[in-house]
Formats: sequence, C-alpha cells, structure tokens
Amino acid sequence: MKNFSGIKGITNKLLLGGSTLIVCLVFGIIIGYIFLNGIPSISWKFIFTSPTEGMTQGGILPAILGTIALTFITTLFAIPLGISCAIYLNEYARPTLLTNTIRSSIRNLAGVPSIIYGLFGLALFVQGLNLGTSILSAGLTLGLLALPYIITSTEEALKRIPNSLREATLALGVTQFETIRDVVIPKALPGILTGIILTLSRAAGETAPILFTGVAFYINGISLTTSEEFMALPYHLYMLSTQHNAIEQVRPLAFGTATVLILLVLVFNLTAFYLRHKNRAQE
Amino acid sequence: MRKSIKLKAEKLNLFFGKKQVLKNIDIEFPTNQITALIGPSGCGKSTLLRSFNRMHDLSPDAKIQGKLFLDSIDLYDKKCPVTDIRKRVGMVFQKPNPLPKSIYENLSYALKIHGYSKKEIPDLVENALRESFLWDEVKDDLDKPAVRLSGGQQQRLCIARTVVLRPEVILMDEPCSALDPISTRKIEELVLKLKEDYTIVIVTHNMQQAQRISQYVGFMYLGELIEFDTCENVFKFPRNDLTKRYVEGHFG
Repeated sequence: MKNFSGIKGITNKLLLGGSTLIVCLVFGIIIGYIFLNGIPSISWKFIFTSPTEGMTQGGILPAILGTIALTFITTLFAIPLGISCAIYLNEYARPTLLTNTIRSSIRNLAGVPSIIYGLFGLALFVQGLNLGTSILSAGLTLGLLALPYIITSTEEALKRIPNSLREATLALGVTQFETIRDVVIPKALPGILTGIILTLSRAAGETAPILFTGVAFYINGISLTTSEEFMALPYHLYMLSTQHNAIEQVRPLAFGTATVLILLVLVFNLTAFYLRHKNRAQE
Repeated sequence: MRKSIKLKAEKLNLFFGKKQVLKNIDIEFPTNQITALIGPSGCGKSTLLRSFNRMHDLSPDAKIQGKLFLDSIDLYDKKCPVTDIRKRVGMVFQKPNPLPKSIYENLSYALKIHGYSKKEIPDLVENALRESFLWDEVKDDLDKPAVRLSGGQQQRLCIARTVVLRPEVILMDEPCSALDPISTRKIEELVLKLKEDYTIVIVTHNMQQAQRISQYVGFMYLGELIEFDTCENVFKFPRNDLTKRYVEGHFG
C-alpha cells in the first residue's frame, strides 16, 4: 500500500492503530469492571439455587435454566427454517427480481430493532395464535429475530463453496439434491455452524423480544413446560439493576448475573472461533 | 468403411441470454476415437463440450436449439433423465475437483448413489484406480483425503471417478491445463489407453497435445465449427485459411 509510507503513512498508521486501541480499551474496561465486581458474587450457591428473600439473596438458577431452554426453543425453530431457506435461495432460486427482493428484504430484517420483534411476537404468538405469555412465545419471537442472521450467514457459507465442486458430482449423474446433501452442506458446515452460534449467542442476550412475550420477574421454583412464563438472564439483570426496590443491596447480584451472561456468550463465541479455526486448518 | 458415430450435434445453436455462443454446429464424434476440439479462447469449445452432458441446465440464461444425440438417444428429450445422461456421458474438468472425501469415497460415492451393491463396490473402485494408473500410488492411502494428492494425481483420480461408472463417452475440458509436463504426459498416456473402451472428446489449447493423442480434430472460431477432419489433415493439409493460420500459431 503506497499510502502507508513516509510521514503520511506514519500518521495514518497511528490514527488507525489508535482507533483500534481505543476500541479495545473501552471493551476491556467494560469487561474488566464487570468481572472484577461480578466474580466475588459467583459461587456454587449463586449458580445452583433460586433467588430468595425478595431476590436480595440466593442464586440465579431459574434464570440460567430459562435462558438455556429459551435458546433451545429458538434453535429448534430457527435453524431448520433458516438453513432450508438459505439453501433454497442459494442453490435453487434463479436470480429473478422476486428472489432478489426477498433476499434484500431478509438482509433488511436483520436491521429491525429488537423491540419491534417483541411487539410483533406479542401480536402474533401471544395473542394471535393464543400461545399466551410463555417460553414458547418468547422462543419463537427470538427465533424470528435470529432467522435473518441465520439465513444470511448460511447463504454466505454456501456461496464460498466453489461451483466446481457441485459440477463434480452433478457430472457423475448425482442429482442436485444429493449434491447439496452429500457435498455442499458437509463442506459448508463449519461456516454454517459459526454463523448459527454467533446468532444464538446474540439472541440469548436479548431482552426486548422476550419482554412482552413470556419473561417473568420472578418464578418460584423451576418449571419447564412450554406454556409457562420463565426467568431469563438478560431480563433478570435488567430488573436487578433498574427495577428492584433495593438496588444498592442487590448490586453484587446484578454484577454476578452479568458475569454469568457474558461467560455464557463467551462460551458460544469460543465454540464458533474453534470451528472456524478447525475449518481453516483443514483447508 | 463407414465409421460408427457415438455422439453428434445437429444444427446446434446456443445462447447465453442474448449472446449467441454456438452457431449452427454440426459435428459427429466417432466411436472409440479421441476427438480434440481446438480453437482460441472464447471460441465456444468448452461450451460445446458441456452441451453433451447438459451442464448448461444449471445456467438459467442458457438456451439451446438443435439436436444432440448419444447413439440414437436425443440428449435433450424431456423423458430422458439428466442423471442417466450424465452417467453415460462422463466429464473431467479443467481444474482437478476431487470431492472433500477420502480417495476411496471419491470413487465409491457415485456408485452408491447409482445403487451398486456393497459387495461389488470395492472391486469396481480398485479396477477403476488400476485403469487410471493410480492404484499403485494410492493403494495404501485409500482412506486419506483426496485433496492431499498432487495435482496430477487428483486429475487421474477425477478420471478414475468418471471411469468407475463405465460411461460411454468421456468429455475432457482441458484436463492438463493446470498440470506440469510430467503429469500431463501421464494423463495423455491414460487417455490413449482409455480410447479402447470409451469415446473421448477433449478440449485443448495445446496443439502438440492434440497431435499426440487425437485421431480427429475440430477447429472452432467465434462459435462456429470451421473445420473437422482427421488429425493429420487438420494439421498438415488444412482446407480453411483460418485453420491453417491457427495451427501454424499465427494467432491464439
């Protein structure tokens, strides 16, 4: 890059490097601050018991389980639908005006604020389909939020598979469906999984879409039927830090909850990172 | 003696969108012979080749007029499943494209799809690998990923993968253009041997290669078949001035 030499080059490097440093620093401070305040609250008891004494004591087990179950429902709903849709768009659909419109609409959906999904979920699942405020309604709403990301990332992963590979099996008299099933998907799988995991980790941290559709302030005990309300980590955190009547007293618990949520998302992201790395090593 | 014809095109016109890529082509490929298609880049030789196993079915904007026959079968007859045609008319591509599977699975995969029994597959795989001069090099590594083979080995694997289905015709689209001279030599020997059992059509940029291996040569220019004759005639006594200039290396 010829711009990056001489005095001008040095200032450019400093500017770009500086910006990177600032971003990393801000991120580091946030994470560090939360972890420093949160880790002292984390104990086996914190993770494996329910809140007690008006949520000023005890742990966050229902919220952890709620978030896991919620993500599970989201996964069951959004992954088959999203992958099928991406396969159709990338492998079968001809590039007509209609498919291009559909594709860009999906891209745009990814930019819709999550509160809109929450309200839409309230209208469609809670009231329209009469599922009530429940973990099922909330999971489906989060699924809708996740769909555009899953479709887009899966499509990108499929696009990276060279056509020569598809031609290889097609030229052997293998059908297009078999080619997709046996060659294209296995080859694109690490990329597809990476996209899915990153999307799910984002969905797991969402509050707005579950706000009206099923998340509860406090559930006594743990119930995991799909028709009931549930607790979730992001909402529990929101509640502890802004809605509780003894905010100062529960602050350590809020930090603990934030730490657990971040660790959960971190595990998701590390898995995605590992898959991508493994894929690259194979190539 | 009239030679028998395996594959032919009659009045073939092919369009990509509005652009006409093949113009009124009549060509016949004799059985168990190697026919080379030569011509400058963009003259339509690969396009012509790919019409015979219906690879253009995948391009939404490709439009084909005219008739193509394998023996007496109309290749574009709607009743004729494209998978059957591709099984009978195999293809080897310009760049080796092994499947992201093991060496063994590269050959066994299509056999499984086409319903061969578990018992016969190992023998068929071994025979095809022997036939493609690859067996001795890979017999101990059958479970290794095919992408670890060298470029030349990969291309011979791709030929073996085609041969294992016992097609009647093998189409080759510049199969040596990505290979070094030694690998090229091996592929040429292989192609010459395969001629005994298969009808071969090979697209090549390499005039020496065409002379070394082919019995017939078609010269194409700007979507038209300018000249078709025996290899000797095309290279030594070309009838058309364009052909003469091309084989003498005046343009390309």
